[in-house]
Amino acid sequence: MLLRQLSEAFGVSGHEGPVRELILGAIQDHVDDHRVDALGNLIAKKRGDGQSSLKVMVAAHMDEVGLMIMHIEKDGWLRFQPVGGIDPRILVAKRVLIGDDRVPGVIGVTPVHLLDRKASSKALEIKDLAIDIGVSSRDEAENHVKLGDYASFDVAYEELGGELRTAKGKAFDDRAGCVALVRLLQQRYPFDFYGAFTVQEEIGARGARVAAHAIAPDVAFVLEGTICDDMPKKRDLSPTTSLGAGPAITLMDRTLIADRRLVRLLVDTAEETGIAHQFKQPGRGSTDAGIIHLSRQGVPSAVVSAPIRNLHSPVSVLSLNDLDGMVQLMQESMYRLTERDLSR
Amino acid sequence: MQVKDLMQQLSEAQGVSGYEAPVRELVRHEWAAYVDETGVDALGNLIAVRRGQTDDHSPRRSIMLAGHMDEIGLLVTKLDEGFVRFSTVGGFDLRVLPGQEVTVHGRRDLSGVIGMRPPHVTDPADRDKVVPLEELFVDVGLPGSELNAQVRVGDVISLRRPFTELANELVSGKAFDNRAALVGITKCLEHLSTLRHAWDVHAVATVQEEVGLKGALTSTFGIAPDIGIALDVTHGDMLGVSEVDTVRIGEGPAIGFGPNIHPLMYARLLETAKSYEIAHQIEPIPGRSGTDAWAMQVTRAGIPTALLSIPLRYMHTTVETLSLRDLERTGRLLALFVASLDEGFAQQLGLEPPST
Repeated sequence: MLLRQLSEAFGVSGHEGPVRELILGAIQDHVDDHRVDALGNLIAKKRGDGQSSLKVMVAAHMDEVGLMIMHIEKDGWLRFQPVGGIDPRILVAKRVLIGDDRVPGVIGVTPVHLLDRKASSKALEIKDLAIDIGVSSRDEAENHVKLGDYASFDVAYEELGGELRTAKGKAFDDRAGCVALVRLLQQRYPFDFYGAFTVQEEIGARGARVAAHAIAPDVAFVLEGTICDDMPKKRDLSPTTSLGAGPAITLMDRTLIADRRLVRLLVDTAEETGIAHQFKQPGRGSTDAGIIHLSRQGVPSAVVSAPIRNLHSPVSVLSLNDLDGMVQLMQESMYRLTERDLSR
Repeated sequence: MQVKDLMQQLSEAQGVSGYEAPVRELVRHEWAAYVDETGVDALGNLIAVRRGQTDDHSPRRSIMLAGHMDEIGLLVTKLDEGFVRFSTVGGFDLRVLPGQEVTVHGRRDLSGVIGMRPPHVTDPADRDKVVPLEELFVDVGLPGSELNAQVRVGDVISLRRPFTELANELVSGKAFDNRAALVGITKCLEHLSTLRHAWDVHAVATVQEEVGLKGALTSTFGIAPDIGIALDVTHGDMLGVSEVDTVRIGEGPAIGFGPNIHPLMYARLLETAKSYEIAHQIEPIPGRSGTDAWAMQVTRAGIPTALLSIPLRYMHTTVETLSLRDLERTGRLLALFVASLDEGFAQQLGLEPPST
């Protein structure tokens, strides 16, 4: 099952190779052309059936947030820094896998028995934490890991079932988007369809920038995993998105005002075909589209996301219903895209 | 030229971001003997080409080596009754400014000092606070009327510090960030003149790195090299700074690793250092490198990029300190890397055949 494979694969920003290989295996037989560029983006082309000369780019990012080993202490503890945005508070007492050999390690913390009350109420910072791989010296550590190795959370994929068909696993941001894009690439469209599996989104949409420049599309869509904070909270705030309410359409986030015509297309399609959908609360988060829409002379862009609880933490949760809805909404919208007037 | 003398000359030259001309001329002069042509682009980047030797059947490949020539500095914002108020160009720790000697580039160059009230007349309550930017001033020793005739708002102020030699071939001065990199590139070009290399080398002294990597953006776009290496400085071991965040002075240039660096470029630099037994270190960088490499990597459709950094203490102060041995090693490592470049590597990187 592709979501399981992609979720459990390693692909911290800058080292997306393992994820790219899995995706390539899944799309190879369905696309006309593919290449990997200088940053590691996988760009696949699916020629249109000739009805339209439009060039459409659909992007999903392959990278996940993780850690990088920065220093090996003389007693063998591994110091690290986050790659991408991670709240240090979720790192305490977690398991990680380091490097291509997936060396297991744990991020431990002083036992509560030995803490004074003041200490246990203070949040730990990255500099207070270290990974323990079970060795007691730097030399021993260097037999297993090296400076610069990437570490990823050690979390198994599992389906929790229920009406929402929930699943838990790591990196649903944005392996969910990658799965959706793989599924979109199984169909042929009236126009040339460029599927861009991008790298390094988590550290500033780096892959998307060069991919968009190379493709030079007329229109772009980004498939993401987005904030789902429909959980108990102090103030009465609208959640960014709600689990199970369907794919979330972005109106505006921190780096993009979605093209109104494309939003209209998505909404009209959803209403016509009876696909449950929601709007992402405006002003939150950013995606590859924030960079893509400014490529060259500009590209009208929109974003469709699957709501993901506990984004950027080891165990994320999504609803497979929402993921299916995302694929369906995108597919139906792509078939209707050429009927839209994108001239100004 | 000897590494020490070159470092001194480049360090003592003036070139605040946006006003790099004096350094540019110095670098152009130093590179002249080793390159085939030099030019200056729209933003002021110095771009020099040293052509490789390749037969007519092989594609022409190019590598860009970039080191920024600008330094952080100050700008006159107000003339205040004989004293000069200023703001900063580039990132400053304000604590390094009081008592610092400067040069105000007015109608003529004026020597000055960033003044400070002595302890006898400061309020004890203020003594443990950092003097805020608005309260700092430059004193050039001129009365108000004469000052107004010599200096005006918008004039550049550069930091002034003579070069100092310490023990163990360590040297100290201002603007080692990033003139040290230019020393490295110069030595590389000098070595290349004694080696065979197939790829064209585009050596670039970039402008305005300290205010947003601007020179790197435009020069890389213009050259459109096959691959690029940015040369910069990085934090060396210092008192009070965790080992986690630094590399070691005198143990060789640091080869960057992480998302900003192409893994095959990293591997080849590492292999070159190891096989020629050049002292080197690894610098893990989990995201933004804070150097020209960040801009180079995402120019046009993306360029395989690497980063080589010279260990430096006390960055962005006028007592920046480095090891001359690390400068020698940087020049050699770069030259040997460039000399090793072949079409096989181009294939490994998946480079498109170059357009003629």
